[in-house]
Amino acid sequence: MKYMLLIYSNPESWASLSAEQREGLSRAHHDLTRELTEQGLLVSSAGLADPITTRTVSVQADDTRTTTDGPYAEAKEHLAGFYLVECDDIDQAIDYAARMPDAKYVAVEVRPVMDSSGLEM
Amino acid sequence: MSDFELLLREQTPQVLSALVRHYGHFDLAEEAVQEALLAAAQQWPTEGVPDNPRGWLIRVGSRRLTDLLRSESARRKREENAAVLAPVEEFVASGPEDDDHGGRDDTLTLLFLCCHPSLSAASQIALTLRAVGGLTTAQIAAGFLVPEATMAQRISRAKRSIKQAGSSFEMPPEAERDARMGAVLHVLYLIFNEGYTASSGTDLHSAELTTEAIRLVRGVRRLLPEDGEVAGLLALMLLTDARRLARTDADGALIPLAEQDRSKWNKEAIVEGEALVSDALAHSQLGPYQVQAAIAAVHGTAERAEDTDWAQIVALYQVLEQISDNPMVTLNHAVAVAMATGPKEGLALLEPLESDGRMTDHHRLEAVRAHLLEMSGDMVGAKASYLLAARRTTSVPERDYLKSKADRL
Repeated sequence: MKYMLLIYSNPESWASLSAEQREGLSRAHHDLTRELTEQGLLVSSAGLADPITTRTVSVQADDTRTTTDGPYAEAKEHLAGFYLVECDDIDQAIDYAARMPDAKYVAVEVRPVMDSSGLEM
Repeated sequence: MSDFELLLREQTPQVLSALVRHYGHFDLAEEAVQEALLAAAQQWPTEGVPDNPRGWLIRVGSRRLTDLLRSESARRKREENAAVLAPVEEFVASGPEDDDHGGRDDTLTLLFLCCHPSLSAASQIALTLRAVGGLTTAQIAAGFLVPEATMAQRISRAKRSIKQAGSSFEMPPEAERDARMGAVLHVLYLIFNEGYTASSGTDLHSAELTTEAIRLVRGVRRLLPEDGEVAGLLALMLLTDARRLARTDADGALIPLAEQDRSKWNKEAIVEGEALVSDALAHSQLGPYQVQAAIAAVHGTAERAEDTDWAQIVALYQVLEQISDNPMVTLNHAVAVAMATGPKEGLALLEPLESDGRMTDHHRLEAVRAHLLEMSGDMVGAKASYLLAARRTTSVPERDYLKSKADRL
């Protein structure tokens, strides 16, 4: 079963991190990535650029396109990165999420990924 | 799968066993066998299949393994600066081909090792497919929709875990045999399911997993013809797989059992499955795979959905509930009771599941409730339950099916 671990951040919490904390953050992700890779559980992972670099696209019914600067949702928190991992169950995925310092600073969301297999009823 | 590929896959466990018996080092031997299979896949089509394919694979595999052992011992020498293994030439004085002459089949020993309890289910599956099934890492990765590098890591990790657990290439002690056999059968069942539940019937990768699982269980059955659960599992797979072409439409949408075009069912597989399970039920100790196969056989032998002998299915689910602790069984039991007696009686059976932690958020409980509410004429309740079930499932075809049921009410 695949799970998406969505890392949330906000500008204040990030700005308030000390150099030591930032280093700890990158070390924790480095270690986690290595461990997940070594166990054959990591499908993909990436960090996302700051939301000030985001462009949001929407297309109207008449196919006209508008592009605005900044994220779609007006929220204090933004998506800062993700891991796509293979786990036996959601509890195992939660354990990995809990190891990310981001879970301490803001939060990490664990979401099951849809798959194309299904059983007739 | 081509005849040629089948030949290679059938040789895989034999070749690997011969190498492990002779040299030990399961992890490196497994690597060497994969390389021998690759060499065969490259050379045989142009140069022809050798007279003794197994001997050829063992020879090429041992050459590769001695290379691997040499570099391994060189590495250790560098690391530990200590005395190492005996020279490899001494090792191969009598060839591993000679170990093969007893005609002993070590496939079971190999299966027990690959399904070692120190491994996660995902690792057991991957290692079994590679070491016993002879699939390449790329094929396994494609079947499970992960990058090849991820699958390669999973397999190496699995081999390391087995090494660390200190497991040797021997049959597990008698006292553990039943539990370990249960793990082997479960892994084969999971491989089958992974292939069977894939939405599109034309998806080669997934159909391959069901075929592979059936091939592996047939192999186990040849070694343990008296084991009722092995027969039961094979029967269950055959009876389930018989419906493969009827279970989805051209777009991959799921078709429920009651609405399937039964002329598309594979009659041969149904006949074979039914015979297997009848024989097992009559002659061996009862077990859950046999009962599940018996239920599948009742469905499989009903000409039309309305001919289904629901009373017999209810009786079989009662037996299954006694021998297995699985809320899914209760759920299916409730459906059968609703069909045999009425929706109210079925709904009553769902009540204890509401407080079962394994089921409370499960989409299947909600889907069954929806179905039974619809049968009882409560269309408003049914619609709400179908929609909730659609939101809870993580399967795209199940979500689409449940949503379409809700839309029709």
